[in-house]
Amino acid sequence: MDAIPAGALILGVKLFLVVNVLLIIAAYLVYFERKISAWMQSRVGPNRVGPLGLFQSFADVFKLYTKEDIVPALVDKKYHMIAPVISIGISMATYAVIPFGEYYVDGVNLMAVAPGISIGLLYLLAMSSVGVYGITLAGWSSNNKYSLLGGLRSAAQMISYELSMGLALIGALMISGSLDLLEIVKSQSGGKWNLFFQPIGFIIFLVAAFAETNRAPFDLPEAEPELVGGYHTEYSGMKFGLFYLAEYINMLTASCMVTVIYLGGWDIPFLYENLAKAGISQGNPLLALIQFGVFFGKLIPLLFFFIWVRWSLPRFRYDQLMDLGWKVMLPLALANILLTGIVMTILQYFGIL
Amino acid sequence: MNIKKNTELERMSFWEKIYLPEIARGLSLTFKQMFEPTFTRQYPEERWIPTGSYRGRPVLVLEEDGERCVACGLCSRVCPALAIEVQAGETDNVKERYPAKFEINMLRCIYCGFCEEVCPEEAIIMSKDYELVFTSQEEAILGKDKLLIPIAQLQDRLEFLRQYK
Repeated sequence: MDAIPAGALILGVKLFLVVNVLLIIAAYLVYFERKISAWMQSRVGPNRVGPLGLFQSFADVFKLYTKEDIVPALVDKKYHMIAPVISIGISMATYAVIPFGEYYVDGVNLMAVAPGISIGLLYLLAMSSVGVYGITLAGWSSNNKYSLLGGLRSAAQMISYELSMGLALIGALMISGSLDLLEIVKSQSGGKWNLFFQPIGFIIFLVAAFAETNRAPFDLPEAEPELVGGYHTEYSGMKFGLFYLAEYINMLTASCMVTVIYLGGWDIPFLYENLAKAGISQGNPLLALIQFGVFFGKLIPLLFFFIWVRWSLPRFRYDQLMDLGWKVMLPLALANILLTGIVMTILQYFGIL
Repeated sequence: MNIKKNTELERMSFWEKIYLPEIARGLSLTFKQMFEPTFTRQYPEERWIPTGSYRGRPVLVLEEDGERCVACGLCSRVCPALAIEVQAGETDNVKERYPAKFEINMLRCIYCGFCEEVCPEEAIIMSKDYELVFTSQEEAILGKDKLLIPIAQLQDRLEFLRQYK
């Protein structure tokens, strides 16, 4: 048998690392969501399983695995089974293009699963749109009116907010001038983060990201008081667990997107110049670790923000949601593009840019 | 027509209309709340000890020289849920009557305290016991063995009754 090509081996290791780290982060997100919501409501939160309840999520997952997997008699079995797989598969597929750092070995960037994809941003947008298939399929195949309503809401909501999300990104794109996520991060190096040039775009993107991940205040697809459980009413055991996991991984994806596109990825002004003086530059594995650490450090406040908002704001009414999406966010995003274009043209005219 | 309009949209200022400052206000409130003390009691480890005014499981008072109950049956008569069953017996003691059988069905008891109120001997009183768990219906019918509690453990309630009854 031929030896496994080094590239395939590296890819396998990267995939293994990313998938496992993702799952562990998602598990701890669930834990921190419960803990933070408890603190905000003057409660204690999970504190029984392990020290400070740190193993609570693993106990929950174990419970979900050992539960009976009930498939209701009238569901469309094939699609009922596929839906959670689509949901989690798509949400994990986004991590193929997200660069966690820039560390070259033999001219290949080791800090992204599939480095050098020139349409990374388009891929991200495409994947976040395909993610809705999982939810819509789940709602439709459940053969349950509430589930169907949840799925429909999800589809409508995603389409409405994806528009403003994409349009908000165009502003950042115009400044960075590339669809390659690595190039986008590089163009922001030295503190020139898109956040400072695109504050409106940032806010629109953030709000749309909340809607895309089905998080409160946009969690209408699963609105408990109205729709029982929405699209996952008819799911039990680990199939439900997969939806749950997908929601948290989507949250992480959205945070990664915000970090890469608006917060300069692993960039901190003056950090890498000083590191290079201290001898930590390309070729030193410490650099990769520091880059990942900075990237992760930027994710944490964003993830906290996601949780924080969920436990502070009430859910939108459906017509208000659509009003906000179509009458406020879309015109604002368009105006943002126009404004960015005008300012850029003026700056180019005077030769500043 | 003379119509005075006062819609919410007109009352709101510009900053209220774009919501973002108000959202920030709401977020700051929940953030502050994160550092407030919690009120949770860690139940199996921390147990609440009620005061004398608490009406828990009704029990029979056991004095040094025997039970107080004279099996008059008033508690059984007054019980709105028909939870108490008393059968009287006779002895040669000074107190001639005693309950040969005294059963309280804890699945029926509503903790109203009427039995305690009506008892002429202060023999049946409400205790502080609130941890009542049964695994079968038979087990929930408490006989004299479980009902008789030494008077030393019931001082709080007796004190309370002396003061307020």
